[in-house]
Amino acid sequence: MGDIASLVAKRLGLGLLTLLVISVIIFFMVELLPGDIAQAVLGQGATEENVAALRERMGLNDPAPVRYFQWLGGALTGNFGESIVTGERVSSIISERFINTLFLAAYAAVIAVPFAIVLGIVVALLRNTLFDRVANVLTLTSISSPEFFLGYILILYLAVKTSMFPAIASLSGDMSFGELLHRTFLPALTLVLVVTAHMMRMTRAAIINLLASPYIEMARLKGTPPWKVIVKHALPNAWAPIINVVALNLAYLITGVVLVEVVFVYPGIGQSLVDAVSKRDFPVVQACCLIFAATFILLNLAADVGAILTNPRLRHPK
Amino acid sequence: MTDTSAIAPGLKKSVLLKIRDLKIDGYTGETWVPIIKGVDLTLHRGEVMGLIGESGAGKSTIGAAAMGYARDGTRINPGSSIEFDGIELTTSTEADKRALRGSRIAYVAQSAAASFNPSHKLIDQHTEAPVHYRIKKRMEAQEDAIELYERLRLPNPGEIGFRYPHQVSGGQLQRAMTAMAMSCRPDLIIFDEPTTALDVTTQIEVLAAIRDIVDQFNTAAIYITHDLAVVAQMADTIKVLLKGEEVEQQSTEKMLASPKEEYTKSLWAVRSFERPQKARPKDATPLISVKNIDASYTGGEKVLDDVSFDIYPGMTVAVVGESGSGKSTTARVITGLLPPSKGEVLFKGEPLPPKYTDRSKDQLRQAQMIYQMADTALNPKVRISEIIGRPAQFYSGLKGTALKSRVDELLDLIELEPSKYYDRFPPELSGGQKQRIGIARALAAEPTFIICDEVTSALDQLVAEGILKLLDRLQSELDLAYMFITHDLATVRAIADEVVVMQHGKVVEQGPKEEMFTPPHHPYTDLLLSSVPEMDPNWLTTLLEERGVDNVGEAADV
Repeated sequence: MGDIASLVAKRLGLGLLTLLVISVIIFFMVELLPGDIAQAVLGQGATEENVAALRERMGLNDPAPVRYFQWLGGALTGNFGESIVTGERVSSIISERFINTLFLAAYAAVIAVPFAIVLGIVVALLRNTLFDRVANVLTLTSISSPEFFLGYILILYLAVKTSMFPAIASLSGDMSFGELLHRTFLPALTLVLVVTAHMMRMTRAAIINLLASPYIEMARLKGTPPWKVIVKHALPNAWAPIINVVALNLAYLITGVVLVEVVFVYPGIGQSLVDAVSKRDFPVVQACCLIFAATFILLNLAADVGAILTNPRLRHPK
Repeated sequence: MTDTSAIAPGLKKSVLLKIRDLKIDGYTGETWVPIIKGVDLTLHRGEVMGLIGESGAGKSTIGAAAMGYARDGTRINPGSSIEFDGIELTTSTEADKRALRGSRIAYVAQSAAASFNPSHKLIDQHTEAPVHYRIKKRMEAQEDAIELYERLRLPNPGEIGFRYPHQVSGGQLQRAMTAMAMSCRPDLIIFDEPTTALDVTTQIEVLAAIRDIVDQFNTAAIYITHDLAVVAQMADTIKVLLKGEEVEQQSTEKMLASPKEEYTKSLWAVRSFERPQKARPKDATPLISVKNIDASYTGGEKVLDDVSFDIYPGMTVAVVGESGSGKSTTARVITGLLPPSKGEVLFKGEPLPPKYTDRSKDQLRQAQMIYQMADTALNPKVRISEIIGRPAQFYSGLKGTALKSRVDELLDLIELEPSKYYDRFPPELSGGQKQRIGIARALAAEPTFIICDEVTSALDQLVAEGILKLLDRLQSELDLAYMFITHDLATVRAIADEVVVMQHGKVVEQGPKEEMFTPPHHPYTDLLLSSVPEMDPNWLTTLLEERGVDNVGEAADV
């Protein structure tokens, strides 16, 4: 087991290093944007003294590396600075919205991951049958249609025509959990439709890939029924690629949902990112980017570790 | 069991498996072509039949068909009949056939390492069938498995089943697979080349174990192999196959003593090639001299430990040993792919730089390699002319017509018609032809020394014989020295001048071939030599008596 611990530690170290590099890139990309931040905030009519005073207050006169380390030090303690536009602390702006996004992602994931994997197993078992083709066509259609389009279709049929679910996923503090699930069902369903195809097809491909292995033939020649061949003999060896695709899709659920949030007017972090970019609210942009990057790295790390743990050679060394 | 009088006429046992007019087609990607063209087979209870033939003869396909199983890309023709104990398998439903597999007909695959599921413990895979068929409860099945492990003389029978496949050695896995086949006490077991992937010393213990257990339970078996000497130990009757058709069938003793058909005789005669042994030239400097080499892979244990031997110009040195003994690693050190941690390699008395990147073109051209798997050693997307032409261009700077005529010359040398093969791609060639291209590629550099790494072990015997003859002719024409890495002692006997025996990364014995094949030997050499199966059907019995059943294979440590 010592091997696994050191492997995990190594991956974790690499993940932190990647995050550090990304933080440098994020900071200096914003730095490279044309125009003066203070000027932009104060607008055309600002006097030179005002601009100079604001630059002083924002610390813009310090050299970039100094500001980078100040920013990084703050970020490590959860302090991402203040919004240029509203003057609020960035952390208080995004923390609540980030939790909303996490909730929506978790909601979609809880439905999509088991659904996609079970469906993948079933189509692997019934490969090249009508069911396999229909499932493939349907999931491919859902992944090829833009999320906002899917969202509007769902709104049309499930909200406008049948009014089973609300079209707008607005949240308020005193909702019950059931009410919350009901209100956010449509955006969650849209996300499920978007991510299922990828995970299902990977599950199917990973399993079918193994069906030519000698040990699968052996299982068949032992008289093992087809479903057991797939579930007991193929699936345990197919986890590594499946876990990787699941992790990528989970990351997408958190970072790629801007359009869905806009369609359903859901108060998630994607919306605040879009707002911040259009208002040149750089501290918020930087904080969002850093959180997205950390999400990606963390989920990929989890996938790596998961893939390691499903490998019997690593779990049970000689 | 090798006693064929056991099934004397009059005492005829009941028929267990009756195959009539078996025809199987294989899909080539465009059309269905016949691969089994009407084979009959009758197997009685308790009888062991050997199916023998070269690759492409359809042995494994027939073995699978005996279970009513058509491998992916094959189909059993409707006219065929496969009757197992009165049940017609060709017309049975998939579920009925499945109910027989594992319970009444079991299968032992060629590579146990690949055929055990890496994700489950051995014993869980063992108990799967008996538990599934409700023959035994899980705990009962486990106890039975442990008993079978003990009967097959696996070390730590009580514990070994609870390991994962990668934690168990190849020979042990093969025995565990035989135990697994026995788990439901089937009437018939199909053994599909069960010892082909094993070293000779390991092969013996598996053969002994299989023979024992088949005897004890009086199980009928179909034993598929391309090794005549092995089948002679195992089978009561032998059926010879060629390209999907039966050549002849006889009791083992008759077949060995007086084969009728020409093809069978040619199979028997394969091991007859032997060229005269050459002696070291006097007062010559060795072409290659390996001096006190230690080597290890990054951070690992020492793989080579103080290895020294000399190779003289125009001579063949065979390096023999089991897998893991360091044969191929020595080759990597000589070619500079793996710099040694101690010692040096001399070429005509001059030390070679340890890393190939530090060697000059002229030093590099001297030592070329031919690989075991011609399939993977040739780029399938590159034309033959380019495969052979590139080293000629790189080392000799040939261009245009000079290059073309050099490639033609090389193709002539390896006995392939230049105009026919010049523009072909490797996948269009047979295994033997691919290996010839590998040889031509090595020759293109105009080397003085060629390392042949198990070049014949992936080939059928007749084809391998052709390759050996070709290598021999090239050696006398071009005055080449060969380092011949092999685990096959018959090959050594055929072509070597000198022999180096390696074990655990050390040279245990070396000398001229004659001396090496006459006693007294180093105990390990003795073990290797005596482990090579012989055509005598009583060879295994005699050997086991001499050594004692508990003193074979891994147990016979020297």
